[in-house]
Amino acid sequence: MYVFIVNLQFFIKVKFIPKWFVIFVVLIYKLHKMNLHEYQGKEILNSFGVRIQRGIVAHNHKEAVDVAKQLATETGTGWWVIKAQIHAGGRGKGGGVKLAKSLAEVESISQDIIGMMLKTPQTPAEGKKVNQVLIAEDVYYPGDSEPEEYYMSVLLNRESGRNMIMYSTEGGMDIETVAEETPHLIFTEEIDPAVGLLPFQARKIAFNLGLSGAALKEMVKFVSSLYTAYVKSDSSLFEINPVLKTSDDKILAVDAKVSLDDNALYRHKDYAEMRDLREENAIEVEARAAGLNYVDLDGNVGCMVNGAGLAMGTMDLIKQAGGEPANFLDVGGTADAKRVETAFRIILKDPNVKAILVNIFGGIVRCDRVAQGVVDAYTNMGDAINVPIIVRLQGTNAKEAKELIDNSGMEIISATEFKEAADKVQEVLAK
Amino acid sequence: MSVLVNKDSKIIVQGFTGSEGTFHATQMIEYGTNVVGGVTPGKGGQKHLDRPVFNTVAEAVEKAKADTSIIFVPPAFAADAIMEAAEAGIKVIICITEGIPVADMVKVKSYISDRDCRLIGPNCPGVITPGEAKVGIMPGFVFKKGKVGIISKSGTLTYEAADQVVKQGLGITTAIGIGGDPIIGTTTKEAVELLMNDDETECIVMIGEIGGQLEADAARWIKADGNRKPVVGFIAGQTAPKGRTMGHAGAIVGGSDDTAQAKMKILAENGIHVVDSPAEIGLKVAEVLGK
Repeated sequence: MYVFIVNLQFFIKVKFIPKWFVIFVVLIYKLHKMNLHEYQGKEILNSFGVRIQRGIVAHNHKEAVDVAKQLATETGTGWWVIKAQIHAGGRGKGGGVKLAKSLAEVESISQDIIGMMLKTPQTPAEGKKVNQVLIAEDVYYPGDSEPEEYYMSVLLNRESGRNMIMYSTEGGMDIETVAEETPHLIFTEEIDPAVGLLPFQARKIAFNLGLSGAALKEMVKFVSSLYTAYVKSDSSLFEINPVLKTSDDKILAVDAKVSLDDNALYRHKDYAEMRDLREENAIEVEARAAGLNYVDLDGNVGCMVNGAGLAMGTMDLIKQAGGEPANFLDVGGTADAKRVETAFRIILKDPNVKAILVNIFGGIVRCDRVAQGVVDAYTNMGDAINVPIIVRLQGTNAKEAKELIDNSGMEIISATEFKEAADKVQEVLAK
Repeated sequence: MSVLVNKDSKIIVQGFTGSEGTFHATQMIEYGTNVVGGVTPGKGGQKHLDRPVFNTVAEAVEKAKADTSIIFVPPAFAADAIMEAAEAGIKVIICITEGIPVADMVKVKSYISDRDCRLIGPNCPGVITPGEAKVGIMPGFVFKKGKVGIISKSGTLTYEAADQVVKQGLGITTAIGIGGDPIIGTTTKEAVELLMNDDETECIVMIGEIGGQLEADAARWIKADGNRKPVVGFIAGQTAPKGRTMGHAGAIVGGSDDTAQAKMKILAENGIHVVDSPAEIGLKVAEVLGK
């Protein structure tokens, strides 16, 4: 339901670029999305006629040599680029992208990269395990003109409710640096949803990138098919960095970061199968399967709340009570015994949890039902619950709920007011 | 006065005969809301909950004089439902549905931009004017009539705020849940403006979240408008880490401008009474109203 890496968040650190730009970019990543690997993103682009740097995925070094041979036959490439496939940017800096000039190098480099813990600025500190590599053709071959790199992304401008193409002449480098040093080299083009991307807009982009002749025509085609791909695939982000003009004036995508809108996956069953669960937090994957909205955090107080806003408010309250939230967990509208029990089990998988705060505002859901759910879950789980539980139930039948918990004979601490719950958390943590 | 909905609103339910629509329409009717009928394509002519079912919104407007609609249609069909309501001349469209594809909402936003209607939501708890009309999924009993207006992106946090306000011996004019999606029909600033211009509302509670610029925009408008009424503000998500969405699609910290701390600072600079703790919303309202 929620997905993680904020690829472009660096933009926002930049203070002195124009306000409109900050507003655009601040609002980009607020979407339910599913991230794809580079090779999957390129597959989607290619299916809509966007020219890409071709490549084949390999899962071990033997397979890498086989696909390298196949790629040489298909594309005529003499060198190969070995690219680690993980959900994080900055792979090159971490040693996850390397050039191989012979099949022997393809084998040795693939052997090094597959299985490594790749560390980049966007991965956790311990890095991310590389399970597969993309063996790609060399597209920087010499020719009549110098190859040129550009930057291009397609995304939603939340402020206007329209899609836009953001692009720059400064491709292949950290776009953060571009935004900091040369913000005037970043352009945007907003698209009217009623008519889609118009030809003059595609031409404007090509002109702004300094193109002419055959390359200009190629770029117009590239931009048009890229936007079509974005709309038809229900994506929430395309980031192509770099877009390459080859020495023979072809325009192609060398890399592709693609995020899909989770809410639209029902229209794209084939894309839904592209989800790589190895790239996601295991507890979060389990929670999602159980229909719970869970985000793993670093603190010591677990929480179970109904509603996203109240859940965030509860996390804030935990912090003010001297604790740190161990998770975000929205149990949703039906907090029955089964759900409560599943939620307890998921929260307790985190060994750092020293206490659990349950905060439910019963509206349509009756508090006494939730209280019964807590008591039943507690009974079913027995010794599995080894930390103090504070339950705050407010709203419909809150009084009956408190009585039910107080009379259960279980070691559950009950509260009705929000503040009271915070105080109880503080007491428990002080012990 | 109140805003958006009142006892005279003629309300229809889109997705009337479905399980969600039936459950919440029943609750709304029990509350005393003026539900004049509903729409379920293909079931026109039938009666449901003692009220007429229409095939189209246009028919409901023509025959039942509907001016307000609440939508419980599943995500795949919700955008179409909103646009049908807009085209039929419904003035206030409240969309509860969660999980509408963003691409669909891009179309909706464009489609309704030149039509005379106001969209609330999607992915919101709805709107309630206590004692008059409950057009949403909130527990009605929590909201007592009074002079405090509430605006929030979150459902349960709205109930929490209303409960705290009521426990201070105060009440609510209208509570508006604007929704937590990336594209919503009515912004925080627009909702604040409605309440600022409502004679009965003496104080406004504005509950926001991390992510986006809605609260900051509203705060700047409030100051430019001369801080006519006291506004109490809370921003949820002070402890949320960067780059992780917290439940609502919109609730994610992208950069330094949309952290809870940065937003609270902007709110305070624009004369809003900011509370750090969600447990102190009611107390602060009582304080600014001198109660």
